[in-house]
Amino acid sequence: MQLPVRENIDKTVRLLVRSTGFLAIAILGGILFMLLWNTMAFFLQIKPLDFITGTQWNPSGDPALYGILPLLVSTSLVTLGAMVIAIPLGIGTAAFLSEYAGSKLKGILKPAIEMLAAVPSVAIGFLGIVLLGPGIAGLTGQSNGLNALNGAVLLAIMALPTIVTVAEDALHGIPDSYKEASYGVGANRWQTLIRVTIPAAAPGILAAVMLGVGRAIGETMTVLMATGNASAFPKGFFHSVRTITATIAIEMGEVPYQTTHYYSLFAIATVLFLFTLIVNMLGEYFVNKYRKYHSA
Amino acid sequence: MIKKLTPVIEWGTLLLTTGTVCFFLVAILWDLVSKGAPSLSWEFVSSIPREGMTKGGILPAITGTILLTLITAAAAVPFGVSCAVYLNEYATDSALNRLIRASIRNLAGVPSIIYGLFGLALFVQALQMGTSLLAAGLTLGLLSLPYIITTTEEALRRIPASTREGALAIGATQFESIRDVVMPSALPGILTGVVLSLSRAAGETAPILFTGVAFYINSPTGSLNQEFMALPYHLYMLSTQHHAIEEVRPLAYSTALVLIIVVFLLNLTAFYIRYKHSKK
Repeated sequence: MQLPVRENIDKTVRLLVRSTGFLAIAILGGILFMLLWNTMAFFLQIKPLDFITGTQWNPSGDPALYGILPLLVSTSLVTLGAMVIAIPLGIGTAAFLSEYAGSKLKGILKPAIEMLAAVPSVAIGFLGIVLLGPGIAGLTGQSNGLNALNGAVLLAIMALPTIVTVAEDALHGIPDSYKEASYGVGANRWQTLIRVTIPAAAPGILAAVMLGVGRAIGETMTVLMATGNASAFPKGFFHSVRTITATIAIEMGEVPYQTTHYYSLFAIATVLFLFTLIVNMLGEYFVNKYRKYHSA
Repeated sequence: MIKKLTPVIEWGTLLLTTGTVCFFLVAILWDLVSKGAPSLSWEFVSSIPREGMTKGGILPAITGTILLTLITAAAAVPFGVSCAVYLNEYATDSALNRLIRASIRNLAGVPSIIYGLFGLALFVQALQMGTSLLAAGLTLGLLSLPYIITTTEEALRRIPASTREGALAIGATQFESIRDVVMPSALPGILTGVVLSLSRAAGETAPILFTGVAFYINSPTGSLNQEFMALPYHLYMLSTQHHAIEEVRPLAYSTALVLIIVVFLLNLTAFYIRYKHSKK
């Protein structure tokens, strides 16, 4: 082929490829626009203050009530529970993988954690119904064990692979010179891990936790299946709760388009979106801080 | 005495946490395999549901999931790979390109149910596709896009600059260098990322809830503009929505097992590609 022709092809491809680069901005912009547009439509009909401070979510009642608090408290409760379980387990496993496990053991454990990450959320939710639910019911004497605790345990399992992988990277990235200095002044392996390696990797570990939280807040199927979805105000870990994600999943299939109820689901989705956005940005901030710290 | 015990306790703590994580995986797999395998048969995976789904198989759900994943791939792979090529091969460190990167990172963190809402608003309603296989596939395509972009860019980044410079030095245009030199060497890495992203999409339920998945379809082959059955949704439906939940529990277990097998097979494919490549 002649050179001018080849150069023209090169220019065309450059343009084409570049235009797909903007696709990411367009999609994120589209999602934001959709959320905000429908949320505005909602706030034209319901006062924002009633939405934020309302303690009842009952869109099909008379009068219809659109208070986000019970959903927000449910989501927070389940996420908090998940983190109480997942953070110590995740950091412990990451520390074991990075500091103690030999390459052979690592070769088994790492694929195992990737496998855990690959299990679809609906399968984990199913086990919440058939395995964990009856277990909790047996301990507490409830009828089915579908409550916040159940959801929290399942979300912990779902968030663990993320936390372990990111935290292990952070621990692994600590230069050997740090540890050698610690050994040099007489510290043993454990003291070095607790007093030197983990504090040095703290921003990276925080990033891992944030990404885990982001994963847990936005998860739909497991909480939809395992938490019982009672619409009453959440009372505690042994009671049924109904998260933001579960509410959208349950009600969006049933509402007529363009009604107040329909718009309300976009409004709670906007709140969910903002929360995950903040959490993920915090995670990113910690990752960057960690990088700067260690390149300095 | 206490001094001697301390390292054991310290060690034990880490071992215990790691053991717990492994226990979760083993418990999940053990429960699904031991209770799902007995009612798993050739008939189960090759026939359509009968008698209100209390009998028969899950063939439409399997074919539905396969078709759905193919549409997802057709929608997400070209755009995802192209976007990654732009970011790694063409993009300079400008404000606009940083915005593109920030958008991709944020998209990866958007909850799947919000993709479902977006698919409903964009494909089902605005573009009037209705609840259909196409709308659901495109929705999952959007969900997979950030993962495909990230993993592809990672694969491209591993190709040394000297490879490109060699091609440019003997007179190739930038496009020719990418097409003939960079892409072939990055292909295994790209494929691994694509297959992993698709395995994730195949197991997703929330994004397809409002965009086209159905309780029951009586034909094993789907069509683009119609609703469809999918394995993850079928499992959700059998375990929470069915009128005789206890009666269909064995079927739910087998569906869960089939779903896990499909997802793990895709994962194994990805690991195999990665393993084969790393040996070269």
